[in-house]
Amino acid sequence: MALESRHLLGLEGVSKEDLTLILDTARSFREVLERPIKKVPPLQGKTIVNLFFENSTRTRISFELAERRLSADVVNFAASGSSVSKGETLKDTARNIEAMKIDMVVIRHQSAGAPHFLSRVVRANVINAGDGLHEHPTQGLLDMMTLREKHGSLEGMHVCVVGDILHSRVARSNIHGLRTMGADVSVCGPSTLMPPSIEELGVRVYHRLEDVIPSVDALNVLRIQLERQHSGLFPSLREYHRFFGVTKERVDRAPRPITIMHPGPINRDVEISADVADGEHSVILEQVTNGVAVRMAVLYLLGSSN
Amino acid sequence: MTQTKLVDADGLKRTINRLAHEVVEKNRDVRSLAIVGIRTRGEHLAHRIAQKIREIEEIDIPVGILDITLYRDDLRGRLDQPQLKSTEILFDISGKTVVLVDDVLFTGRTIRSALNALMDIGRPARIELLVLVDRGHRELPIKADIVGKNVPTSSRQEVRVLMRESDGEDGIYLVEQGNA
Repeated sequence: MALESRHLLGLEGVSKEDLTLILDTARSFREVLERPIKKVPPLQGKTIVNLFFENSTRTRISFELAERRLSADVVNFAASGSSVSKGETLKDTARNIEAMKIDMVVIRHQSAGAPHFLSRVVRANVINAGDGLHEHPTQGLLDMMTLREKHGSLEGMHVCVVGDILHSRVARSNIHGLRTMGADVSVCGPSTLMPPSIEELGVRVYHRLEDVIPSVDALNVLRIQLERQHSGLFPSLREYHRFFGVTKERVDRAPRPITIMHPGPINRDVEISADVADGEHSVILEQVTNGVAVRMAVLYLLGSSN
Repeated sequence: MTQTKLVDADGLKRTINRLAHEVVEKNRDVRSLAIVGIRTRGEHLAHRIAQKIREIEEIDIPVGILDITLYRDDLRGRLDQPQLKSTEILFDISGKTVVLVDDVLFTGRTIRSALNALMDIGRPARIELLVLVDRGHRELPIKADIVGKNVPTSSRQEVRVLMRESDGEDGIYLVEQGNA
């Protein structure tokens, strides 16, 4: 059992068999995370560099924990205060990594396609930890794992991604992965935050939460980046909350309980009200735990085969 | 490829009964016992031995399943990675006498992996090794405490244990590779 690709650059084009293998493997790693000693040896002697050109504390910590729990040696590289701020190009950074005999690279970059570029110029396995507005595959996988644990199977379930779809790589990875697994995916948000022609990815588009709530099994609520309130894309945070906030009043109208997900960090009472975020159908902290398991699965499947 | 039947279903049943008796005989305090089977056939064997001990001693011995995939020394360089499955040991092994169960003892590498895996889960008072078949050819200094059957083999041969739960039938076969 091995993955088709040496890299994980996105969920677009990843087969159902590979997604299933990653999710099944991740479930086994959940058990490792429950042990008193949470470390296992399969990546012993492997060196992994976390190349973060964009700040992201929680994704980096999640990757780092996953790497250390698989017994890999870990090096962290943050763009600020590094050679990048001195003008080094991505290609030169990559060549330097190569020269240091690194086995795997986890990269977060503000430009879409940076991980793909890297995968063509280095021999190491490359894992995309978020590239521009393109994809964030491990987030997509952890969302899928969480939904699968909660609902048994993804086949036929209706998942709606709510919020700023335009600026969301999480939305894109969710759409590709969930659709491959046979889920029914929709998106909901103000038209100013909806990418043009998003329907072509095979999703239904809603502009009112009230329209999607009657048929939805799970809502994946995206973070509204506070800095966007001055972008002119929506009038104010308060108005956003009034129309698109996932509130108790709205979800209580659903005919069946709706599973609530959020990739974090949460803006309480902006995109989601506090009582829903902390409510009994919220799986937000499950997602965080599953994030480590799913990253362990990806690292293990890519790293132990070469 | 030729295949010789070494033990049939009845024979296997009798061997398992004897193994269960040996476990009890060796461990007077059955209350501190736990049985851990190595996936896949060690797991079935562990359950059957626990069932038999229940009949003999009227006591439920906790049974766990160990997946050693993450501890193998031959993971690297394998194109066909073995599918990782969960370890399911839902009790504390610390302070217990753990009877580690596998179907065939060969090079000893599986057992080495299993010992490391067990140590990461807890600190048993003792670990005993029980195998259905010992076929020789050890590559590590490992010896079983309780053996169902010693089968001298050549390196070209393979011992195949079949169990109802995973194979639909019970039996032990000696398989000859190539044209002998």
